Amino acid sequence: MTLMETAARPEGGTLLEQFELGLDAPICLTWELTYSCNLSCAHCLSSSGRRDPRELTTEQCEAVIDELQRMQVFYVNIGGGEPTMRPDFWHLVEYAVAHQVGVKFSTNGVRITPERARWLASTDYVDVQISLDGATAEVNDRVRGPGSYATAINALRHLANEGFRDAKISVVCTRENIDQLDEFKAIADTYGATLRLTRLRPSGRGADVWDDLHPLPHQQRQLFDWLVAHGEDVLTGDSFFHLAGFGEKLPGLNLCGAGRVVCLIDPVGDVYACPFAIHDNFLAGNVLADGGFAKVWQESALFQDLRAPQTGGACSGCAHYDACRGGCMAAKFFTGLPLDGPDPECVEGYGESALAGPRSIPAASQDHSRDAPGRNAPVLLTLSRRDGVDAPPVSACAESPLAGFVPA
Amino acid sequence: MLGEAWSLSPSVALRPEPFGALAYHFGNRRLTFLKRPQLVDVVRDLEQHRDVAAALDAAGVAEDQRPAYVAALRDLARADMIRPRQEATR
Repeated sequence: MTLMETAARPEGGTLLEQFELGLDAPICLTWELTYSCNLSCAHCLSSSGRRDPRELTTEQCEAVIDELQRMQVFYVNIGGGEPTMRPDFWHLVEYAVAHQVGVKFSTNGVRITPERARWLASTDYVDVQISLDGATAEVNDRVRGPGSYATAINALRHLANEGFRDAKISVVCTRENIDQLDEFKAIADTYGATLRLTRLRPSGRGADVWDDLHPLPHQQRQLFDWLVAHGEDVLTGDSFFHLAGFGEKLPGLNLCGAGRVVCLIDPVGDVYACPFAIHDNFLAGNVLADGGFAKVWQESALFQDLRAPQTGGACSGCAHYDACRGGCMAAKFFTGLPLDGPDPECVEGYGESALAGPRSIPAASQDHSRDAPGRNAPVLLTLSRRDGVDAPPVSACAESPLAGFVPA
Repeated sequence: MLGEAWSLSPSVALRPEPFGALAYHFGNRRLTFLKRPQLVDVVRDLEQHRDVAAALDAAGVAEDQRPAYVAALRDLARADMIRPRQEATR
């Protein structure tokens, strides 16, 4: 590997400092296999729904796996869309495992039948992650759509019944489910699964609902305390390093790995800096057009740039900068905040004041949402009435001389 | 440990990196970072040496560094990254 031939790379230092300078291959790669999805979650990171006709063919996917094997990428996180919608999905899982690339795949559970669960239980190196965004059907189905809670729980039950051990339950933490953390843990314990909590990102359709769904400041504290109390028992995918300013360090690397230790391959082979940054600004190249994944990872100008030393910008004077490193690049970008300023959910509150100021939210550069909402699409509306309205509005045609008169 | 024969576990792969290497265990799926190129040399070549002390010498580990390297090797042993070697079977 010749990645660092031009860079005068310092020796020693902490592992974190080394990671910030990038690796020869990613540690953890997310690969979204399709934009097709049976659900239409309100906060979908990749604005999934419809398949893209340019999606990689089976042979092209196998070539990517061959390359990952050569690069010694030891495992990939496969997602989508709903990856199991691809007719060749199970074949690709088997192909990856046979080529020393372990697989963890994220699913809403729709294809996890008892037979499939039995097959999964019989394989090594395959890990299953079921998405669940509410510990009750009421909370979950509001954002993920009617019936999605039952689908996820059924999948967990099939896995447990067929002897699959230690499935993951992946929860996106929102304003509406922060109070359910103990209940999520109880569900995980019931099915012999491990709980994984991640951050709500304003990416994809998440941009449309982030203002209403992202945890409130006191909930961030509640979440942080819960995470500290549960330590290594709960996975976070290093999601919450922006909360490190609260004090104690959470388990994990606590660094933005974008283009340094992680990246995303999307269904058409585009390589983005991270799973939460599907936007032209973070597009490093394409595995088909730019000479393969290794070349994109090692040589793209964008990734070289992300691996260059960063300055704290507006945050450099903050006492917590060493802990949170300015937070999440994608969260800043998609809320229209400067990349060298505070995270929108900065624990010091600098994000809130930045959000209140002038900003322009970037337009999406891809959208695979369905054209028309499906039968099971979530509708994030609540029926209510305005305060202080105690009579019907007065029509312009009202003839009564007392129309609109309210006795004092 | 210095006088014992060890080797890399059969299910572990080493991936060279600028800072040293990643060690991945396909069995227990643990990822470990070997932070010094010298430690990578030691771990990779354990099998070719009579004992751990010989492997350390071959990698040029200074005498006063030995305790730190032995501690690192013990950590790796706990994660099953390296295993005691059965001389009888060789």
